Amino acid sequence: MKAPPFGYRRVSSAAEAADALRELGSDARILAGGQSLLPMLSVRIASPSHLVDIGRADDLRHITADNGSLRIGAAATQWSVENDQATTAAAPLLADAISRAGQVPIRHRGTVVGSIAHADPSAEIPAAVLASGATLIAASTGSEREISADDFFQGPYMTALEEGELLREVRIDRWPDGTGHAFEEFSHSHESWPVVTAAVLVLLNGGTIDRVAIAMSGVDGRPVRAGQAEHELTGQAPTPELLAEAAQSATRDLEPFSDVFGSGRYRKRVATALVRRALTTATTRAGGGA
Amino acid sequence: MNQGQTERHSVSLTVNDRAVEAEVEPRLSLADFLRRHLDLVGTHLGCEQGACGACTVLVDGQSVRACLMLTVQADGTTVETVEGLATNGELHPVQEAFRTKQGLQCGFCTPGMLMRSLELIRDNRGITAEQAREGLASNMCRCTGYQYIVEAVVEAASNMDTEVNQ
Repeated sequence: MKAPPFGYRRVSSAAEAADALRELGSDARILAGGQSLLPMLSVRIASPSHLVDIGRADDLRHITADNGSLRIGAAATQWSVENDQATTAAAPLLADAISRAGQVPIRHRGTVVGSIAHADPSAEIPAAVLASGATLIAASTGSEREISADDFFQGPYMTALEEGELLREVRIDRWPDGTGHAFEEFSHSHESWPVVTAAVLVLLNGGTIDRVAIAMSGVDGRPVRAGQAEHELTGQAPTPELLAEAAQSATRDLEPFSDVFGSGRYRKRVATALVRRALTTATTRAGGGA
Repeated sequence: MNQGQTERHSVSLTVNDRAVEAEVEPRLSLADFLRRHLDLVGTHLGCEQGACGACTVLVDGQSVRACLMLTVQADGTTVETVEGLATNGELHPVQEAFRTKQGLQCGFCTPGMLMRSLELIRDNRGITAEQAREGLASNMCRCTGYQYIVEAVVEAASNMDTEVNQ
């Protein structure tokens, strides 16, 4: 199908984008890479009054690492982010997640921040962002606020963004040297839609787990952190038995949705396996022998 | 936007080395612009939602889904389509390899396969079958003739490498 008619405005800065959102009202949508939004228009499940195109906004294209923080602007493409040394140095977990998110021609256009704002409950990038403890920067005319990734994702395609706000940047604090990361995904065929993903960061200290983060997607209406499992792992030696128990704990209270890609029960079992696998890989990469 | 009022925007871009200017509706996809406004119907439209890859073209040298890019977003860019491959009636090495290796059956996916293959080969003249298979995961062939397509990409890369070295 073809998209319904809409108005179009190209902006050249974040400030212009925020002004345009305020002026055009609640039916206007931000267009970044369009790799999620344009299919929604094609099948007519979205019908915005206007698209505000931030693709050429110079102050939204940055990928920078400063003071241990990686900052990614709303117009930076997934392909440019995953291939930037700043990302692989400061946030290798995110780089791995992006490399699984859609095919290369999609990643040439799609943006990291756009995927976060889209908030698909099964998507890769939100899971990595949540595990990384990222901060989202929302901008509106004349003001900005920070939203933690824990508070940002609220449900399927629902976020903490308010009317008139643009998701301007994602900021990821670098974990210490020696941190192990792992991103695991199950999909029915190579490079097809993700069913369940698991994103894990592990930092060891003297043979025990000093710090750990576990996030999953495809198991709830939004990506989820496994706080209880993280708590159980912290301070412990990462034996295979402990990691398997933690994976059970990570999914115990989940009641995943069912769809054509998998039943809720199936998703839960897959998630348990992926978390165990990701914990094992991340621990090994962190120098542990799990 | 107001009912009954059709907003139009000017775009100027380069398509297969030709400068093009037009006034287009915001909702017009690059694929429809190529096919309907420029009569470049070599770019095929399969799913129109980014899944199949039949409409793959190169924009500023990078493969994109022409169905998932608005013409207004392509303003100022350089676009390469399948029509730009052959020169003076002579097939491009990628096309020639698809022909000799029988890398097509019904031909519907071929324009997208060719453009994605061209990008893969430009990036990697020594591309292996494994890398070609990985790279072409973005494009569907419903005849399932992938084996010969992969062979064609490897052959084309090796032929182009030889030509460059001569």
